[in-house]
Amino acid sequence: MAKTSPMQWIAALAFLAVAIAAPFFMPNNMSQLVDLMVFILIALSWDMLGGQMGYNSFGNILFFGIGMYLVASTQVWMGGYELAEYNSAKGGNLESFTVTAPIFVQSLIIGLLAAAILNFVIGLIVGSQLLQTRGHYFAVGTLGLGVAAGEFAGTMDFLGGGSGMNFIQPPDGVNLTQLLYFLGLGVVAIFFVFLTWLHRTRFGFVMNAIRDNEDKAEAMGLPTGRVKTFAWAIAAAFAAIAGGLYGAGKNFIDPTEVAFSLPTVGVWMLLMPLMGGKGTLWGPILGAVMFQLFKEFFWTYLFGWQRVALGLLIVIIVVFFPNGLMGGLKAISSRLSGKSGKGEAA
Amino acid sequence: MSETILEIRGVSKHFGGIYANQDISLDIPKGAIIGLIGPNGSGKSTLFGSITGYHPIDEGSIKYEGQELKRLRTAEIARLGLIRTFQQTHVYDEMDCVRNMLISRPMRGGDIRTLLHEPSAEDRDRAEDLLEFVGLASKRHLLAGSLSFGQQKLLEFAMALMNEPDLLLLDEPTAGINPTLINGLIDRLRQANERFGVTLFVIEHNMRVMMNLAQEIHVLAGGKLIASGKPKDIQNDPRVIEAYLGGS
Repeated sequence: MAKTSPMQWIAALAFLAVAIAAPFFMPNNMSQLVDLMVFILIALSWDMLGGQMGYNSFGNILFFGIGMYLVASTQVWMGGYELAEYNSAKGGNLESFTVTAPIFVQSLIIGLLAAAILNFVIGLIVGSQLLQTRGHYFAVGTLGLGVAAGEFAGTMDFLGGGSGMNFIQPPDGVNLTQLLYFLGLGVVAIFFVFLTWLHRTRFGFVMNAIRDNEDKAEAMGLPTGRVKTFAWAIAAAFAAIAGGLYGAGKNFIDPTEVAFSLPTVGVWMLLMPLMGGKGTLWGPILGAVMFQLFKEFFWTYLFGWQRVALGLLIVIIVVFFPNGLMGGLKAISSRLSGKSGKGEAA
Repeated sequence: MSETILEIRGVSKHFGGIYANQDISLDIPKGAIIGLIGPNGSGKSTLFGSITGYHPIDEGSIKYEGQELKRLRTAEIARLGLIRTFQQTHVYDEMDCVRNMLISRPMRGGDIRTLLHEPSAEDRDRAEDLLEFVGLASKRHLLAGSLSFGQQKLLEFAMALMNEPDLLLLDEPTAGINPTLINGLIDRLRQANERFGVTLFVIEHNMRVMMNLAQEIHVLAGGKLIASGKPKDIQNDPRVIEAYLGGS
């Protein structure tokens, strides 16, 4: 990736300014704004493997779900309660499990950090095995991860079993959606700056080399296995943070419908980079914004048919716009600068 | 007698019941340009694949600078300074030529922490110099996938040199190159050998190239090594003529 141009920095700062101002102009849409930050995070993290390295993973939902459970559990632990006792009270007197505002905020932040660290380690372990496969084998292998994790979580009674788990209720004085939104925005900013730097390093170059021709990369002595594994571990850490924010925003975890939901978030996380343009820094962000707008539109005006509309949208994007918005813009710019034309015969 | 950089002893490789290589033994002297010829399907590319870890050998031994290679993986072998190019070009299609070059910097230790840096000005200069060397300077910002087959061959050669190999295995370097440019390529191969001190082991079907370039030629037929010697001797060797023309 070439040096970041002034235009790209201006775009990033403009995006940041709009994002900071958004809660003040759209106070009634805070939960949608929290979802948007979550979607940007999962789109960027999915793109590290799927876009930058060409490894299409259906398994990132694993980290998303684990992150969600871990943040919820950390809040319960740090509130001074037993997890099993808390979850067995569901349907009864959950409101008696209270925490102070400082503990609530601290436990949320510590939970997010713990989720990131633990999922980084899980990403290393799972990646070191699964990333030995390629192409369809890898995609199918990762498909099983989310399904298995959802079913497994449903058997864990101390996590609420199949009926799920509630997050600790925010105490008075805590504006939960605003807190989640600005935490999400902060993590998005950190992730964006990190990725901008990473793609300029040789590590980023190797990620793209794996996408273009992994055999060649190996023949040139590049440590493809380690780069793939570390990249997935980093993606896992950010997907886990996204899961924690999403769960806290919904205030409830269902193992198969929310945490490890392959048909919804599990598919959305790869749909967003496809919409915006995978393998680019801005594509997943634009894709997340577009997706959130479409989703809200469908849920508002096509209720009852919203999933049908979303399904059709997926088909249309995959068939007609395989390179997404950024891919289209890149093709136009390449054509104008003559980069995409076939070279003269040697 | 010059030092041996690659020592191949009794190497056999079979796929199912078919022997692609059978009991092959040969030496590559350090600093030399050695040719490998043979009819299609004679096992030349398989031997390159075996040397570079793509096809683990079934029998025998392959030593590079005295180190046994047969249990090493492709990337580990490359990091020792043994690089190969492919018969079908292998470049990074979605990246421009300069970036293809920058990725190809050697990574001897394999420590990924060394990847957490942007390419240095020195790396960029070397990339530009080598693109100039192979005649692709004017294409430096084109996507590698948009180059013609012959240009991709040249880019792959430049990428290999960027990796600063001690031994470079070239699989049909002139295939797809415009005939008017082949003499220039022969010069560049010689310069790579003399200027950068790279030992070359070359598979080539173009006999004119081979006769001009190689100091010694090995001939494979039916997976076996049937002849080795100076180009002039090989040209007139009845076993080689029979292998190419077929005999009753």
